[in-house]
Amino acid sequence: MLLARVLGTVVATRKDPALVGSKLLLVQPIDARSAPIGKPLVAIDSVGAGAGEHVIYLKGREAAHPFLPGDVPTDAAIVGIVDQWYAE
Amino acid sequence: MLLARVVGMAVATQKNEKLVGAKLLLVQPLDLAGQDRGGTVMAIDGVDAGIGDRVLLVQDGKAAMQTLGKGLAGVDAAVIGVVDAVDLPGGEA
Repeated sequence: MLLARVLGTVVATRKDPALVGSKLLLVQPIDARSAPIGKPLVAIDSVGAGAGEHVIYLKGREAAHPFLPGDVPTDAAIVGIVDQWYAE
Repeated sequence: MLLARVVGMAVATQKNEKLVGAKLLLVQPLDLAGQDRGGTVMAIDGVDAGIGDRVLLVQDGKAAMQTLGKGLAGVDAAVIGVVDAVDLPGGEA
């Protein structure tokens, strides 16, 4: 997983039926010192995260697991809202 | 896997239920000289590692799920070993 910051939301009315009802978040992965890692991308929310919040960004096939038994076509999901983190 | 150092921890009360009880470590992958190798990664702790420990980081969903032990779950990285030493022909890294 990666730490990430939610930049905003993406609205797509015409989309894959399996995506209906999912909230699409635009997120920027960051490192422990809040420096950006790579560029922003779109992830499906599974915990009610909103813009400005720090979150847990999960990528890959496992990103669909929080939605089981539903079959959601995604390669990235938000699986937690980070209250705080500590890093040396 | 990657050699890495635990540099911190994250707290997330609101999260996927399968992550409840898992310690979320912030881990910095290292090169053989012990320098940073890419950005920090968040991984579940499989060996009760602490901040400052040099560890073994696996970045694969299946391995991370095995470490978590809750079947299909939303995880893709785990700390699965605490490294005591690295034995190199040229001496310890």
